[in-house]
Amino acid sequence: MAAFLLRRLGQVIPTLLILSVLVFALQQLMPGDPALILAGEERGDPEVLAQIRSELLLDRPLVEQYLHWLWRVLHGDFGFSWRIRLPVAELILSKLPVTFQLASMSFVIGVALGVPLGVLSAVWKDRPSDWVINGVALFGISMPNFWLGIMMILLFSVQLGWLPPSGYVPLWEDPVQSLATTIMPAFVLGTGVASILMRHTRAAMLSALSQDYVRTARAKGVAERRVVFRHALRNALIPVVTLGTVEFGKLLAGAVLTEQIFTIPGFGKLVVDAVFNRDYPVVQGVVLATALIFVTLSLIADLLYMAINPRMRQA
Amino acid sequence: MSTALAEAGESPGRRALRRFMRHRLAMFGLIVVTIFVMAAVLAPWIASHDPLETSWSRLRQAPSWTHPFGTDENGRDVLSRVLFGARASLMAGVVAVLGAALIGVPVGLVAGLAKGWVDAVISRISDAMLSIPFLILAIALAAFLGPALENAMLAIAISISPVFVRLARGMALEATGTDWVEAARALGNPPWRIAVLHVLPNILPPLLVQGTLAIAEAIIAEASLSFLGLGQQPPAPSWGSMLNSAQRFIEAAPWLAIFPGLAIFVVVLAFNLLGDGLRDALDPRESR
Repeated sequence: MAAFLLRRLGQVIPTLLILSVLVFALQQLMPGDPALILAGEERGDPEVLAQIRSELLLDRPLVEQYLHWLWRVLHGDFGFSWRIRLPVAELILSKLPVTFQLASMSFVIGVALGVPLGVLSAVWKDRPSDWVINGVALFGISMPNFWLGIMMILLFSVQLGWLPPSGYVPLWEDPVQSLATTIMPAFVLGTGVASILMRHTRAAMLSALSQDYVRTARAKGVAERRVVFRHALRNALIPVVTLGTVEFGKLLAGAVLTEQIFTIPGFGKLVVDAVFNRDYPVVQGVVLATALIFVTLSLIADLLYMAINPRMRQA
Repeated sequence: MSTALAEAGESPGRRALRRFMRHRLAMFGLIVVTIFVMAAVLAPWIASHDPLETSWSRLRQAPSWTHPFGTDENGRDVLSRVLFGARASLMAGVVAVLGAALIGVPVGLVAGLAKGWVDAVISRISDAMLSIPFLILAIALAAFLGPALENAMLAIAISISPVFVRLARGMALEATGTDWVEAARALGNPPWRIAVLHVLPNILPPLLVQGTLAIAEAIIAEASLSFLGLGQQPPAPSWGSMLNSAQRFIEAAPWLAIFPGLAIFVVVLAFNLLGDGLRDALDPRESR
């Protein structure tokens, strides 16, 4: 276990270093001179421009700029927003709980729909119910989630008037209102997760059901329900659990457009506003933060895989 | 017995084609994709109106015989805009995926055949790119490159490319262990020749499947970027930007939001069906 962890960390550290170079390189793609954008009204004044350049180290060689940037990032300093005049790290941390609530709700919906449907469709392979479930999953994968969001607002807010079309109330202020404002976006994101989990659960169940131990259990006369749940499902869930962890990370990306549509002031809305305002340090910080979250989640996925798969324990 | 004999004498390509033609959902996907491609190519001739022509006398009209999808907030014909919008979406999807494959496949082949530190460096770079969620990477790249359809396509191509690197690398590694590549190497073939003549043909089937499914993803990504104002610039029509402006009129003119989104959904579904069908038809383990 310790050896595995060390080997895994040996892979993660170079990946993170390369990631830092990529994220730093993003700002080199920027059209125009950042000093000109920052100077605003005073862009005609060469002294102001020179001052901004030396403050941001724009007058230094790229390697030096990168090392400075990396040093600050390692100390939790993700830079300073150009528009909101706040540290980027602070902005991201203040938005994360909102997105975390949304992502958790979506994840619960995704697992609650995806895993049971995957099991059923594997058990009913090639029967009409299997086709229907597969069809629904294919719809879920092909549906652009921002359009599904707009259609749900049209149906549940405009036509039926059941749910508020936008806005957000924190969970600790008014739990009922908070759920009412987040249930639609959570469902939109959850259907995507459900479709992917369903397909993978189905494939894992089909391969588990064709194993020798399942045949042995059936030959012994074990009830089919017990074969499915105790023998096949427990083994099929191993890859699904790790996949689920990675899918949780992807929800952060999915939240970008969904939060925009439902005007939920989370992480995704922060990115979109930053893109609109050309607030480049925030865009850069968000890319770095999501990647860090993603790398951490895949490490957790590997550890979970070890924990629930007894065959991996000796390794 | 006779069918088994007939199948034994059949070339793999012919067998795949026969299986594909029998795959109803895949054929349906192919027909829908063809219809969309025709619509995009023939848009100037089949559209009833100029997609940019505004008219103050027909603002936000509900669907009717003259305007089957209604008119938008500037009095433009929505059906004509959806038809012309197919150009941006399909072009973005196909160009971005071709670009991603052109970057990713050679790099992946080099990694898989060279092994050693070259492989380690390339693999860590693609790991690093894959650790940024696809859409966030595409949005960030497009934001830094500046809003334009070409930049959106470039951003999507770069964001998808690591998938192709991984695929090509994996297949190259798998192929180097096989007898035929061993034989080719023993005969003194240089590595590039092995890559092009012996590894590439074997990658083509999975590449075709991955490419088709990636087009579906790229079309959604382009629509998302256009929705955020980072893709096709107005007034030029694109499904994503049409949905963005439709949001403001969701109560008064819901048809503005329904049709462009339906177009994205149907074309993405068709590419997914086509990709799934190709996978079933090209899988040598499947025995139908």
